[in-house]
Amino acid sequence: MADAHKLEILRGLIKFKSNTQKIWGVLILLSIITAVEVVLGIYKPEALMAKVVGMKLLNWIFIILTIVKAYYITWDFMHMRDEVKALRRMVVWTAIFLICYLIFILLQEGGYIESVYTNGFVKKDF
Amino acid sequence: MDTTVANTGTEGKTWGGGNEPLKSSYGKMMMWFFIVSDALTFSGFLAAYGFSRFKFIDSWPIADEVFTHIPFFHGNYPMIYVAFMTFVLIMSSVTMVLAVDAGHHMKKNKVIWYMFLTIIGGLIFVGSQAWEWGTFIKGDYGAVQTKGGNILQLVDNEGHRVAVRDIALDAHGERVQHERKNGLWFVDEAVLPSYTVDEVYNGLVANPNVLVRTQTINEEGHKTVLSREESLKQLKNNGKLVVEGANLHVNEYGTSLFADFFFFITGFHGFHVFSGVVINIIIFFNVILGTYERRGSYEMVEKVGLYWHFVDLVWVFVFTFFYLV
Repeated sequence: MADAHKLEILRGLIKFKSNTQKIWGVLILLSIITAVEVVLGIYKPEALMAKVVGMKLLNWIFIILTIVKAYYITWDFMHMRDEVKALRRMVVWTAIFLICYLIFILLQEGGYIESVYTNGFVKKDF
Repeated sequence: MDTTVANTGTEGKTWGGGNEPLKSSYGKMMMWFFIVSDALTFSGFLAAYGFSRFKFIDSWPIADEVFTHIPFFHGNYPMIYVAFMTFVLIMSSVTMVLAVDAGHHMKKNKVIWYMFLTIIGGLIFVGSQAWEWGTFIKGDYGAVQTKGGNILQLVDNEGHRVAVRDIALDAHGERVQHERKNGLWFVDEAVLPSYTVDEVYNGLVANPNVLVRTQTINEEGHKTVLSREESLKQLKNNGKLVVEGANLHVNEYGTSLFADFFFFITGFHGFHVFSGVVINIIIFFNVILGTYERRGSYEMVEKVGLYWHFVDLVWVFVFTFFYLV
């Protein structure tokens, strides 16, 4: 098992010679993504403020970059890449399904309450 | 790879614990299951945060204006410190995975060294978290809470924040804190704020360039600044309590829900980091004592490694939803 690591990331675009080298490669990738997030967060470019599917484009970019980071942490630091497919699916799909379900319900409800506050003659600022 | 449990005499039987379904040892699989359940716990918290935020979408505090400090430096540096914290945690994840890798190759000294660095990284992170909390609790400009629980902040003509303590003028009507010894012995009162609303109002009257900023977000995504007349009127009629800093009851940065979620979620995460550091220390000493060398497998390092990476994983999401989005 010690030498059974898969040493490719980005679908084989980057191949590493050893596991140690792959770890440093992934660190560089994660650092770049974090740096991009921080720079976008500080400067907040006006072009990314457009609304896409109910949220600012910038926020969608943040969320997608976060999921990309989560993918590399799980796949390469937690060695999910080297586990068998069944274990991987058991862990990942269970979590993803339940989390998506929860987020959908709560955000839908939150948005609804907000609309009642705004349009429903409920006074909250007095 | 050997399992770490003692032999049970049922090896080879399907449910005996000796064989490895999914080619993963018992301990590692259980660690994965624990991580899934813990991930769902954190998602519950973050989704609840999202719920409250969607509920108050037009008045939620802007994180860039809340977390602007760096230790030992004055000035306005949004996000820099928390980016540093993120980097520290990712770095300690890297040293952890290097320790696991060294364990696979049975290099005891390398494992010791990398585990040590991981623990240091964890401690730096927890310390930074504590500092972040301290700064948030202390607050910086102060604000006035209205009767409806909303927050009124002060800004000058150019939109720069003005601190309550810089403008407050004596209102000659000071009341002292009620104590058991000088009033009703069975009634308590919390410590009074350093300033009264009247003092802040007098200060506002005396400083014609100061305006009131409400917590409502306008179309451009900024907080609404009231006109001079509106400012005076709003503070006079609705101001109830001067708030400095944040706690579970009040929050000078905006809705108190923001502070509640901040304390709860980053606190729960910080507690995970702390327990991760404790577990890492235990494993660190086990490695030094040669426990895993004798066992012939460093799988235990791999298992705490999984937990440690998970803590990092959660932070990545907390960072996004508290500081970026």
